[in-house]
Amino acid sequence: MRYTVGIDLGSTTTKAVVLDEHGGVMGRGITNSRSNYDTACQIALGEALTNARFSLIASELARAGVRPDAAARQVSALERRFRAEQYRSQLRVLAIELRRFSGRLLTMSREIAASVELILAEMENEVDGLYAEGARRKSDFFRDLAGSRYLQLAEEQARAEGVAFDTLASLFDKAILDVENSSDAAGRFEDHARAAVRGWDGAAAALPAVVERIVSLELEQIGSVGTGYGRQRLPFPEGQIRSEILCHGLGAHALFPGTRTVLDIGGQDTKAIQVDDMGIVTSFQMNDRCAAGCGRYLGYIADEMSLGLHELGPLACASTAPVRINSTCTVFAGAELRERLSLGEKREDILAGLHRAIILRAMSLLARSGGVKSEFTFTGGVAKNPAAVGALRKLVGEHYGEVTLNISDDSIFTGALGAALFALRDAGRGRAGAQ
Amino acid sequence: MSARVKPAAASEAIKDASQIRQKEMIARHFDRLAAAPRTGERCAYTFVPGNLTELLLSFDLLPVLPEINSLQSAMRGKSAEYISIAEKLGHSEDVCTYVKSDIGMLKSGNIGPTGQRLPNPDILLLSYTGCFTFMKWFELLREEYHCPVVMLHVPYQADGHITESMRSYVVEQLQTQVIPQLERVSGKAYDEDRLRECLTLSARAEDDLVWVLQSAKQIPSPIDAYFGAVYYVGPIFSSFRGTEDAVAYYKELRAEIEQRVRLGKGPVTPDGDMDNERFRIVVEGPPNWTSFRQFWKMFSDLGAVSVASTYTKVGGVYDMGFRHDPSRPLETLADYCLGCYTNLNLPTRIDLLTRYLDEYTADGFLINSIKSCNSFSAGQLHILREVENRSGKPGGFIESDLVDPRYFSAANIRNRLESYFQMLDQRRAGGAA
Amino acid sequence: MSGGAHVALGELLAGAERVYRDYSLQTVVEWKARTGGLAIGYMPIYVPRELLHAQGVLPVGLMGGRDDLEIIKGDAYYQSYICHIPRSTIELGLNGSLDCLDGMLFPAICDVIRNLSGMWSMLFPGRYVRYLDVPQNFDRGVGGAFYMRELREIARDLEGRGALALDADKLRDAIGAFNENRRLVRGLYELRWRQPWKVPTHELYVLLRAGIVMPVEESTAMLAQYEALARADETRQPLDQARVALTGSFCEQPPLGLIRTLERAGCYIVDDDFVQIHRYILHDIPLDGDPLDNLVTAYLEDGVASPTRYIGDGVKGEALLQRARESGAEGVLFCAPSFCDPALLDQPMLMRAVERAGITWTAFKYSENGGQFQVIREQAGTFADSIKLWSGA
Repeated sequence: MRYTVGIDLGSTTTKAVVLDEHGGVMGRGITNSRSNYDTACQIALGEALTNARFSLIASELARAGVRPDAAARQVSALERRFRAEQYRSQLRVLAIELRRFSGRLLTMSREIAASVELILAEMENEVDGLYAEGARRKSDFFRDLAGSRYLQLAEEQARAEGVAFDTLASLFDKAILDVENSSDAAGRFEDHARAAVRGWDGAAAALPAVVERIVSLELEQIGSVGTGYGRQRLPFPEGQIRSEILCHGLGAHALFPGTRTVLDIGGQDTKAIQVDDMGIVTSFQMNDRCAAGCGRYLGYIADEMSLGLHELGPLACASTAPVRINSTCTVFAGAELRERLSLGEKREDILAGLHRAIILRAMSLLARSGGVKSEFTFTGGVAKNPAAVGALRKLVGEHYGEVTLNISDDSIFTGALGAALFALRDAGRGRAGAQ
Repeated sequence: MSARVKPAAASEAIKDASQIRQKEMIARHFDRLAAAPRTGERCAYTFVPGNLTELLLSFDLLPVLPEINSLQSAMRGKSAEYISIAEKLGHSEDVCTYVKSDIGMLKSGNIGPTGQRLPNPDILLLSYTGCFTFMKWFELLREEYHCPVVMLHVPYQADGHITESMRSYVVEQLQTQVIPQLERVSGKAYDEDRLRECLTLSARAEDDLVWVLQSAKQIPSPIDAYFGAVYYVGPIFSSFRGTEDAVAYYKELRAEIEQRVRLGKGPVTPDGDMDNERFRIVVEGPPNWTSFRQFWKMFSDLGAVSVASTYTKVGGVYDMGFRHDPSRPLETLADYCLGCYTNLNLPTRIDLLTRYLDEYTADGFLINSIKSCNSFSAGQLHILREVENRSGKPGGFIESDLVDPRYFSAANIRNRLESYFQMLDQRRAGGAA
Repeated sequence: MSGGAHVALGELLAGAERVYRDYSLQTVVEWKARTGGLAIGYMPIYVPRELLHAQGVLPVGLMGGRDDLEIIKGDAYYQSYICHIPRSTIELGLNGSLDCLDGMLFPAICDVIRNLSGMWSMLFPGRYVRYLDVPQNFDRGVGGAFYMRELREIARDLEGRGALALDADKLRDAIGAFNENRRLVRGLYELRWRQPWKVPTHELYVLLRAGIVMPVEESTAMLAQYEALARADETRQPLDQARVALTGSFCEQPPLGLIRTLERAGCYIVDDDFVQIHRYILHDIPLDGDPLDNLVTAYLEDGVASPTRYIGDGVKGEALLQRARESGAEGVLFCAPSFCDPALLDQPMLMRAVERAGITWTAFKYSENGGQFQVIREQAGTFADSIKLWSGA
């Protein structure tokens, strides 16, 4: 099977989208960004191909006569088992690194080493539970998942055994870097897939053969395009890099062909993009020097309020009397928040005000780029925030009238999708890789 | 995607004659300035927009242009330090970085671009043209130097034209304030004949300059009308307009560009001749000086040539027909000052940009919005939309600063430039699937 | 009597605050309905209101959108490193608040306002838009002559749009009316020097802001009433506050909350440059002789020293020191909007002048729509404390 891939290197996450020769999405992958860009790209691609193979497994099962709902359940369960294997693989590498670093300690090294072993043993025991059906994980990234478990267990160890928590924590910080920057820590698809099937009595009869077929299926890359923001050179040849503005515009257009205006509020920047009926950008404005009103700002607010990022929106929606907030300066976010709380204002009212302020900034950027035309596609992490979406709908309605607002669950992959489409275009022109 | 840039061949490593001449002219000028305390030559500090070089020269006064000192400091990597000194002295982070760089340079011994100490001013000619900050700049310098200041208030062309009232206001100030003060400082009487001679020479140089600037209408353009042209307008904007040196320089430059046109050559860039013009761009706004070459390279690497710019008109708009006119010396000085780019109203700036886009067959335009320069920047977003609407050509928008390196983010700018040029590219390709 | 004064004062101030906060400029709308005259908006600082008044035109002072205006369209015109007032002014223009105005006067203050005048002429093509290039040459025969020509041209333009022709008697009357108004303002400022508890700055500020959107006679009546009531109200008693002169706030105005914060932090603001239009001519303009001449001369020779005005022969900072001396200020607060070129470029020179005179100072920046005053409260409080603790007297 031939595919093209688009990779979007963001500041927090790296995304990959894999397309078949007809432009259909085969798979999507995401991983947390890391210092080694090459590795981040490889892992994101790997995840997308994994995702692709799992969808292929699902369709193969259907062709083998398994009922669609049963097939879906099979694939979910298989995937959980697969992920558990993947986690174990990374845990093994983490263990090696932790042991290596703890062995270098000058003091308390025996005690620390013992604690580390206990922690690792416990983490190993938990794996099945982490990926059990219905289990909810804080994150799907190894760094976050393993990190939070490790630190919790480390705290317990520190209390119980009197070893220094800081030392244990710093061991993790060092070790995780090596895990992250290694492209094989997560292991190989075929190994984990086979291991997942092996000894699983819940497997459908057809499953092992299907898995084997898909594992051996050759996926041939015929084009790739990278995009994303970063000072260092992206690990792509020059002809295979496209600006994130263009990729975003094309990607949004692919998701919603009626798109004419795109708003993307990312972690650190906001983009307002106008596209034509082919998805080609006609004008854009970026706010990339100041993080006010971007995802990171909400992160600060969430931290200040000791809330999860995903809790901000729902809480803001509960407001009945939004407070007027004039500045979304991240530098003063904390101070402004504390002042208002001390004045007795309710959290939900403050949050509602903050969300409106963020969207007002976005409205300026949109106005600078040429306004809001139907259809209007809203992408980026903040698009998942119901209060932000509500404020946007309201303000757009007030100032631009009836406009169709599009939001996709897959919007985080917009840039990568656009990049993959550019790769497909280039491949079609016989220029896969050259300009 | 990148333009082919031929590395400078051995024979091309010899600079163009005009470049050598300019370097030599500048060196001579700074030598004279450095020797001034000894020789007793007097010098006048003044500004580029509204500079009265011919008048100063007619009094044998040596012009010094603090703006040019600031940009030179930036190109030599000293402005960051100078700005820091100024900010420690209480200057706000929000204000013009030319001023701060100058204050810092002053506090660090006032060493000029050639490494020689610049003389203190004998007079500050506050040509209040097109920029409010100029007033404060010379108020600050007056506190440092305790020398005479003469204010020349050049009214703003608010309605897009010069009125008789504005002209006579400027002429009367020249007559009642500027000339008497210059006489006092120089110890010489006002010599109108000498002034006329200088003005005649100015007009000749201006003819050749305009020819050079308009050569960019050719396809491909033989010059870069933004980065490259910064060097070309140096002499006309500063101490040389009105001199034989300037006439010779522009004559030589014109001949060189004529040669380039004959040979079908593209512009000179820091990396050599550019021979693959992919995008023709009109640029609005001053350049960044701290990363000048890097900034230029971002354009040339992508095959973008500037065919017209507004910054190269701050010291006078000559390509719309104005020439210094020796038959009406003071009136012509007034008209010159009133016509500098930063003294034009916003509608006129929009018209000019739209005209340039058409006359120079440009693909689009770019605005470099300078954080610390309100004169240029306030209203550029409006200009962006208006020019796009009128011309139908897309505008790009980037942000940086004059001489404060903290506000030049290469990654940001490159990101926006690449996006803009890729956008132009895609539009040309028709976005075929 | 005091109780009555107190209540009446409350009502007066509530009325003034309503006018101050009214985006729809009802006072202007009503005046137009009554008289059928033209209303011309103006921005700070130097505007010859007398001329407009003499032609039957209502001058309407615009000083930005305050802190409760949400900027939706205005931000599309300005980058983040430009002050706030032009955005809110455009916002008000585009949202219809200024539809009752027949035109705008933009006096020379700085490059931002200068460029705004051009934008305004494009955004509102039917209305009268005029940039007023106040002279920086103060020679009567040169700058004065130029200014005279400018004023005559404005008068002709307004006449062309339906205003009365410029008439010397009417101009004299107008000068008289504004002289009286300015006298009252001076009187209140002087009262505040002597008895700051009688004239809290947050009240004075609202009156001054309200006063510029109503006919001068109404403003005069309001100010006169306030003065009488303030004197009579015995509930106003002195507090142990530090006396400070505030400078830098002559264009984009601080939010009312900022002024209150300064007062609560322990400061009596005994001098300031808020709403400078009321005090930009320092003394009465003479009524004898040619009134237009007098108007021009008053600007040239009796105009307030602001950072936007070239102080050629004068000493930088002298005017500020004089104000500080007259008002009995113990310290100087440099209080400028972010990104304000005139105020911020002047500051280092003024700070040095203040220091040489042995007066203590502190500085901070604001924006007209700021809502966060905690840092300023700390700073002003510390400043006030240090004055009270360490002042010799």
